[in-house]
Amino acid sequence: MTTFSPYIRKPTSVRQVMLTVLIALVPGIAVYAWQIGAGILVNLAIASLTAIAAEAVVLKLRGRPVLPAIGDLSAVLTAWLIALCFPTIAPWWITMIAVLIAIIVVKHLYGGLGQNPFNPAMVAYCSMIVAFPSLMSQWPPAGGLDFQTQLDLILGGARNIDAITGATALDALRTGLRSGETTVGSILQQSAFGALGGRGWEWLGLGYLVGGILLLSRRVITWHMPVAFLVTLATIATLFWLVNPAKFASPLFHLASGGAMLAAFFIVTDPVTGATTPRGKLIFAAGVALLAYLIRTFGAFPEGIAFAVLLMNLCVPIIDMKSQPAVFGHKGGRQP
Amino acid sequence: MISRLFKFHGGIKPDSHKSESADFPIRPAPIPPQLVVPLRQNARAIAHCIVEPGERVLKGQRIGKAQGALGTAVHAPTSGTVVEITNRPMAHPSGLDTRCVVIEPDGEDRWIERHPIDPLDTDRAVTLAHLRDAGVVGMGGAAFPSHIKLGDGTGIETLILNGAECEPWITCDDRLMRERAAAILDGAVILCDLIGARRIVVGIEDNKPEAIAAMRAAAEPLEHAIQIVPVPTLYPAGGEKQLIKVLTGIEIAHGRLGSAYGVQCFNVGTGHAVHRAIRAGEPVVSRVVTLTGNVSNPGNFEALIGTPIETLLPLAGPKADTNRYLLGGPMMGFALPDLSVPLVKGTNCVIAASDALFPPPPPELPCIRCTSCARACPADLQPFELYWFSRSHNFGKAQEYHLFDCIECGCCTFVCPSHIPLVDYFRFAKSEIWARERDIQAASEARNRFEFRNFRQEREKAEKAARLAAKAAETKAKIAKEPDAPSADPENSPADAKKALIAAALERAKQQKAAIEPKNTANLSPETQAEIDEIEARRQEQRLPELESTPPGPDEGASEKQEPVR
Repeated sequence: MTTFSPYIRKPTSVRQVMLTVLIALVPGIAVYAWQIGAGILVNLAIASLTAIAAEAVVLKLRGRPVLPAIGDLSAVLTAWLIALCFPTIAPWWITMIAVLIAIIVVKHLYGGLGQNPFNPAMVAYCSMIVAFPSLMSQWPPAGGLDFQTQLDLILGGARNIDAITGATALDALRTGLRSGETTVGSILQQSAFGALGGRGWEWLGLGYLVGGILLLSRRVITWHMPVAFLVTLATIATLFWLVNPAKFASPLFHLASGGAMLAAFFIVTDPVTGATTPRGKLIFAAGVALLAYLIRTFGAFPEGIAFAVLLMNLCVPIIDMKSQPAVFGHKGGRQP
Repeated sequence: MISRLFKFHGGIKPDSHKSESADFPIRPAPIPPQLVVPLRQNARAIAHCIVEPGERVLKGQRIGKAQGALGTAVHAPTSGTVVEITNRPMAHPSGLDTRCVVIEPDGEDRWIERHPIDPLDTDRAVTLAHLRDAGVVGMGGAAFPSHIKLGDGTGIETLILNGAECEPWITCDDRLMRERAAAILDGAVILCDLIGARRIVVGIEDNKPEAIAAMRAAAEPLEHAIQIVPVPTLYPAGGEKQLIKVLTGIEIAHGRLGSAYGVQCFNVGTGHAVHRAIRAGEPVVSRVVTLTGNVSNPGNFEALIGTPIETLLPLAGPKADTNRYLLGGPMMGFALPDLSVPLVKGTNCVIAASDALFPPPPPELPCIRCTSCARACPADLQPFELYWFSRSHNFGKAQEYHLFDCIECGCCTFVCPSHIPLVDYFRFAKSEIWARERDIQAASEARNRFEFRNFRQEREKAEKAARLAAKAAETKAKIAKEPDAPSADPENSPADAKKALIAAALERAKQQKAAIEPKNTANLSPETQAEIDEIEARRQEQRLPELESTPPGPDEGASEKQEPVR
């Protein structure tokens, strides 16, 4: 076969990109297992195995080469993101269904790697929280359950767990504010809350931040999306908080709670479903942050990032089209 | 003065592989047993051959005269005999043939009489003609005639000398600058005066400290405002537009030339060629070429134009596992389809390639829109978008996304984690668009032709009708004037007139037919005539009247009902 220039290639691959992202998730996972519950490791294993099996079967059915596509590790990354979004003690079958939806419906029915318009992990999260709202809202208190109990809950032991589980910080805050005349300040006195946001979750955010910095330094992602996401989230939270600190949580609380850090570095930055131009990335991530705040604060669900991501996924084609950067020589800069 | 440098977007840093060949001085390549000098030295012009097979030529003797607006002269690279003028494959990815003068050297390498000129003392037009007739073209690769780039000598403020040499492996400009800095700068000064520029800026990538030092030393004693500027090593800093951006901050839009912005750019090799042509009166008959890659003895060689690449290769000693040769650098060069192609003025490098040095690219995977390509693109394009459009044959959209601003530098393909040969898609899309434009052009020409044909037929019909009407009227008048015409009735009714006309026409036709004798029976010898008569007689006897029937009439209407040509 004749090949044409260039005859040299950078030693890089999709597999390497995905592997870098997986490695960047490790600090976060370590903090998660230490601060919140080692059950996450079981969930990660269940999700990964399901994802690989589903990917293999679908590729076989589609008549595509199986091994190279599994080797690119994209299915494992999707699985990990799903597991990290789900409650630590979510029963195994919920994780499994979610992964199957992500891999089969969201990824492969749209044409496989690189072709899906929606973020697979986020579609999985949204479908599960709509289908099983209560199971998806039961979180163990951070570090409050021993590994055996977590394992029992995940693998389908006793589900009478209201006594031992609770809502996330965001959920508790929202329910608390809706239930009566309490203020943010008094709710934050509860045991679910730590110094900044949910107890233990602040550390998790730090873990993800470390991974995110790794991704930035390895140039897997650019600064645009994380910065736009976090700045927009902080800005809008500050505005509401300044107007009424009794009814709205502080920007720090919003940054440290829920999946803000995970989303900033690992979810909005999904290249396949996100905007691609520099300006487009800023608009996309800012849009996600804005919608996420509104859903968190005024919506019916405890965490709004997943819905916000999907809504912004819809806007990607027009964002990209309208934010094309000026081409060399067409910038209208220095002219003769 | 250049006080700060600018940045172009993107760029890549491949392994430079310069040291392999840069550490050895330029060596002369021996005269090959046969030289093949193409009359075509660039894509736009072909020289007019002025020698004939068998003619003796001297080194530097003109064998091709410049013709056309972008033509330059072509010279015999050494003394010898013209063997033939024939078509040979040229150094182009297509391997297509071009007209070449084949010269068998006599080994004496005897120069023709050389005429140096003093540019300060010579009319500008004469100097430009001298450059044209010395065959001076851009030695960086494009081989564009230098005298054309010099324009009318106004409007240029900065002359940029391109010594960036950003492609990996290539070191011919590096060596030239190290060894012949004074000659290069002298050529640059001549160009600077001819173009009317105020200053000379030499851009050299900072991975060539020896070249920078040599050029600085050579610039020291000169009175002209010459600045040697190290530019960051970042491919493709040596692209003309990229270098101009880095040095001056000016971005030259697609389809425009540097001269419109007050800058003009020449390669350092061109400066050297200008120096030789003006000061020594020597036309371009040789150039420095890098032989490197999978070879045991890499280096730079001064070789005669027209030297077949295959006779150059033994100088560097390709290793056994070499399986193809690249002409130019690995980023923008191409694999030689044929090793017999000659060295031309734009050939800067031949790389012996093996699968170990240049591994075949891994299989192509789907695009994941990671935007690595967009971050690497020096033209600020979104290559992955162009890829989607090219792949789906959505060429209109590809053009809307500035496909033609792509300079095919290869950065996007280099960085793609999915190993997509993006540039191949863009070359495909560009050639498809060109083909379609040609089709549209051809179709519109065909339509014009067809419409003109219809118009012509209509016109001829009208003219014929008018002619016939006039003739009929004339005949009618004639008949009316002759009262004792044979068929004229007292009333002279129109029907009778018509009958008379028909009768007259029939009579004319009969006479015409009688006048035209069948050609093959004309001028027969008496014997043949006698034979024919005899046959005729026999035929009469045997009563075969059917053979006597009239010859078949002419084909009727066959040409009228043709399908229109598209």
